[in-house]
Amino acid sequence: MSADWPILSVTIWLPIIGGLLVLMSGDKAPNVSRWAALWVAILTFVVSIPLYAGFDSSTAQMQFVENVPWIPMFEVNYHLGVDGISMPLILLTTFITVLVIIAGWEVIQYKPSQYMEAFLIMEGVMVGVFSALDAMLFYVFWEAMLIPMFVIIGIWGGPRRVYATIKFFLYTFLGSVFMLVALIYMYFKSGSMGILAFHDLQLDLTEQILIFIAFLLAFAVKVPMWPVHTWLPDAHVEAPTGGSVILAAIMLKIGGYGFLRFSLPITPDASHTLDWLIIGMSLIAVVYIGFVALVQQDMKKLIAYSSIAHMGFVTLGFFIVFMIFARTEVDSGAILGVQGGMVQMISHGFISAAMFLCVGVLYDRLHSREISDYGGVVNVMPWFAVFMVFFAMANAGLPGTSGFVGEFMVILASFRADFWFAVLAATTLIVGAAYTLWMVKRVVFGEVTSEGVAALQDINAREALVLTSLAIAVLALGLWPAPLIEVMDASIGNLVQHIGVSKL
Amino acid sequence: MDYILLTIVLAPLAGSLIAGLFRNQVGRAGAHWTTIIGVGISCALSFYVFYQYAFNGAPVHNETVYTWMVVDGLRMEIGFLVDRLTAMMMVVVTFVSLMVHIYTIGYMAHEEGYQRFFSYIALFTFSMLMLVMSNNFLQLFFGWEAVGLVSYLLIGFYVKRETAIFANLKAFLVNRVGDFGFILGIAAVAMYMGTLDYYEAFERAPALANATVVVWGDDAWSLMTLICILLFVGAMGKSAQVPLHVWLPDSMEGPTPISALIHAATMVTAGIFMVARMSPLYELSETALSFVLIIGATTAFFMGLIGIIQNDIKRVVAYSTLSQLGYMIAALGASAYAAGLFHLMTHAFFKALLFLAAGSVIIGMHHDQDIRNMGGMRKYMPITHWTFLIGTLALIGFPGFAGFFSKDAIIEAVHFSRIFGSDYAYWLLLSGVFVTALYSFRLYFIVFHGKGPRHFEPHHDVHDENGDAEAQEHHPVHDEPKPHESPWVVTVPLVLLAIPSVVIGYLAIGPMLFGEYFDGTLTVAPIHATLSEIDFHGAAGFILHGLSGPAVYLAAAGALVAWFVYTRKPNIATDLARRFSWIYRVLDSKYGFDSFNQWFFAGGARQLGKVLWQAGDRAFIDGAVVNGSARSVAWLASVTRYLQTGYLYHYAFAIILGLLGLLSWFVIR
Repeated sequence: MSADWPILSVTIWLPIIGGLLVLMSGDKAPNVSRWAALWVAILTFVVSIPLYAGFDSSTAQMQFVENVPWIPMFEVNYHLGVDGISMPLILLTTFITVLVIIAGWEVIQYKPSQYMEAFLIMEGVMVGVFSALDAMLFYVFWEAMLIPMFVIIGIWGGPRRVYATIKFFLYTFLGSVFMLVALIYMYFKSGSMGILAFHDLQLDLTEQILIFIAFLLAFAVKVPMWPVHTWLPDAHVEAPTGGSVILAAIMLKIGGYGFLRFSLPITPDASHTLDWLIIGMSLIAVVYIGFVALVQQDMKKLIAYSSIAHMGFVTLGFFIVFMIFARTEVDSGAILGVQGGMVQMISHGFISAAMFLCVGVLYDRLHSREISDYGGVVNVMPWFAVFMVFFAMANAGLPGTSGFVGEFMVILASFRADFWFAVLAATTLIVGAAYTLWMVKRVVFGEVTSEGVAALQDINAREALVLTSLAIAVLALGLWPAPLIEVMDASIGNLVQHIGVSKL
Repeated sequence: MDYILLTIVLAPLAGSLIAGLFRNQVGRAGAHWTTIIGVGISCALSFYVFYQYAFNGAPVHNETVYTWMVVDGLRMEIGFLVDRLTAMMMVVVTFVSLMVHIYTIGYMAHEEGYQRFFSYIALFTFSMLMLVMSNNFLQLFFGWEAVGLVSYLLIGFYVKRETAIFANLKAFLVNRVGDFGFILGIAAVAMYMGTLDYYEAFERAPALANATVVVWGDDAWSLMTLICILLFVGAMGKSAQVPLHVWLPDSMEGPTPISALIHAATMVTAGIFMVARMSPLYELSETALSFVLIIGATTAFFMGLIGIIQNDIKRVVAYSTLSQLGYMIAALGASAYAAGLFHLMTHAFFKALLFLAAGSVIIGMHHDQDIRNMGGMRKYMPITHWTFLIGTLALIGFPGFAGFFSKDAIIEAVHFSRIFGSDYAYWLLLSGVFVTALYSFRLYFIVFHGKGPRHFEPHHDVHDENGDAEAQEHHPVHDEPKPHESPWVVTVPLVLLAIPSVVIGYLAIGPMLFGEYFDGTLTVAPIHATLSEIDFHGAAGFILHGLSGPAVYLAAAGALVAWFVYTRKPNIATDLARRFSWIYRVLDSKYGFDSFNQWFFAGGARQLGKVLWQAGDRAFIDGAVVNGSARSVAWLASVTRYLQTGYLYHYAFAIILGLLGLLSWFVIR
């Protein structure tokens, strides 16, 4: 289906152009740039709503397609379109960006217009990543995404921001270079840069494995998967709250998205051959990282590690597909796993955003992220405590919140692949609750431990608005995930069918 | 029926939301009125539903409310299954909850967080109803975790108290260990039966009775055994069975009303309810039944023993709860599901009564919980005293009282059971009767008889560790030298709970255990039909029959010993404790579960986390690989830098050297 007007292009370019205008407005009237940025973000969100409202969930075809030649000499097209996999991620992006703009309102006093501009451009670029159907276009957006994030951490970040930005940049850049090589190879092989053309490209097993590894390097860093995850805790710790929110809520999802859009459909046989590797890395992420999260002293690091563990469920859900295919006594479950991974990505977008915002609320007041600097926050910030405990429970996967849905689906699916996968994955019920609630115990509950805590003010209306919006999203998805499942169903069904067919 | 059921569930939720979110607008009175009205509506309608099912033969209601999601051919729904089992649970839950709501007005009168408390207990009622009314495993799990959440919030209600926030984290995590098994059990059901709906699963289960799965190596396990044991691990967490019982005694850190409601009458019985509901599955695995029986009997006896030496009034009752839950679980293991449920019901009334009466004593003692400071309370608190005595008699199984019928039926049923472990279970359960009477009457005599209360002034300085924790520092100074009876909001629920504690056993044993009340709800395989082997000729005949068995005399002996030791010769107890000090130490350390868990699991996990973080993430990945490669690049650069010095003579020298080298190579060749 295509609309009368280019919704995707508007969703991409409106925030980018709006961001540049905000930048030009300068810092002389910070409130003007804040309001302008907010309006741009809201308008972008509104513009993106027809993607859901007008979405035809009965087909796996790309929708809202725009396709015009861009660099005809190399068959490169400006080709956009969404299916059930990318559409929810785009809406997540436009929704979270609005909240991030509000969350940075008076918190950011240093160069506010540039701060707002960076997030708006970031938004447009990320939407571009999710909607690009041309590999060159995808790659341009993919690399462009690094720049605003680099700036956000590098300018508004903490004391070790230079180490963190360089680590972040090198890690992700290293991965993406190999992806570029793979894309160029496939271009020569197929004579096209179309991602959908790559899906049908015949490749032998060696080619597939090399391409798979090239993609893996790019996507595993982004997700991030163990053992290439160590940039994330550093980046989060140094990033300003808004940067952490975008990083955790959306940028990590681009890695997961990449597996679904590139690795699995383009190299199904290599994915099959190497699925043990991804499953192993995912389970290590769930178990190993869970224990590492337990001993963190810094709240942001703890949540960063928790993100890695939760993203382990995403990759686990995606790659158990082949083992489920292989088990003859099981006739379904593959779709359940991939759907579960997708739900987990959306849900983690809400929950991790909320958790980082909660830490941000405390950081803005006391300028510390150390757990030991807090204690008894509930006595002085009762409403904040309500949100913090609620999101902590969601992070621990409590049924009724979105955190449960994806984990539940992936556990159910992994049981069909192998009993012990499910056992290891289900340990998150214990370990995830342990690290999250132990932090809550030390930060929120207890007697007021210091004068700093005693002087804390409860959340203001702006913070309440942001956290309430996320709480509603978390509850809605937890109590009624069917609408999300329905829009993804056809696309994921088609994907699973596609990767079930060998290219050899 | 649809709207009635929805109202039953949603009325407490509405009350909870109003009291919680608009706590400042509604105020204290508004909070208790909205929640009491919500739970009251729910209770009244539950009685109506119960009446329809028990007496008017209403058909089983099994309908979907809404579809949670459909994915990969698996329907996940929210829906209600109401039959006679559910109807009974609904009445028990809403009635006890209503009593506790009313009681709380008195108990929490001077506490902060009054609205929050009412919001939580109404939310609990909602969650528990969702659990018992579910028609599928998904919603069961939802209710299961939701009651766990409310339990977490309520154990930690006194958020400033370190012991309380330790206890609630412990409770949540231990329950999560149970849920870990539970969710795997659900995953197994979903995989092998292809559905999460109860009835569909029950229909498909018999075909899988002989199915096997390979879990480890080449050993084939019975599928039904695996499923049933995994699900039962969840029940062990929620219903506090050994070794996952450790959270329940600590949960007494919460205010007393919730100890009655959540940690005695309703939530902790969720495991019993679940296993009974799954009886069509459990009947297919004798191994699982044996497992259930042995765990239950072990809990029943050994947890009762600990109750004898506790000095905190609530902890005595808590260990009693553990022990009684063990009885219920053992009944399930013996396939006497009806007896387990029957004991669940009678226990809900008399144990809620005991807790609330204990709470009334605590009010009288100005929040001192140490029974060594109590004594002679019968003179000051007559209603509390009489209701407490009724609860105690019901608990120990005094002939004619509620507990007598249910406990005797369990012991008889286990006696007739022939599965593995039934002899072990029978002797433990029988000995447990003596233990129950001993700790119950020890508590009764120490609290209500003898001299005392000792040190009765507002700020006394002799404290037990636990008693101290409960004592509120800012408690209003009391001028009155003697304790006095609690207000009517406290005593009325006591009286209302005392009535069923006496009569419900006599009235219900016929239809529930030997009649057709549970027909079509519970499944019992003919070879496991232990209850039907009991010779039943009416409730009165059951009493007479009971008088010819050992249990009644064991109870009497226990009560007599308690009377003799704690009112006549108080030094016997201390003598015994000294002479058998090793036994005392074992019991006092609660068999070492807590210290082991603290050392092995809590300490071990932190240690493992530190090692993985420091050695894995920091030293290896970051230190060696990431920063290591950065260092290698830097080293390489620093070496190659020597090649570009910028001095012309260095380059000239290099050129000459190169030229010499090349020339000599040409010459030598």
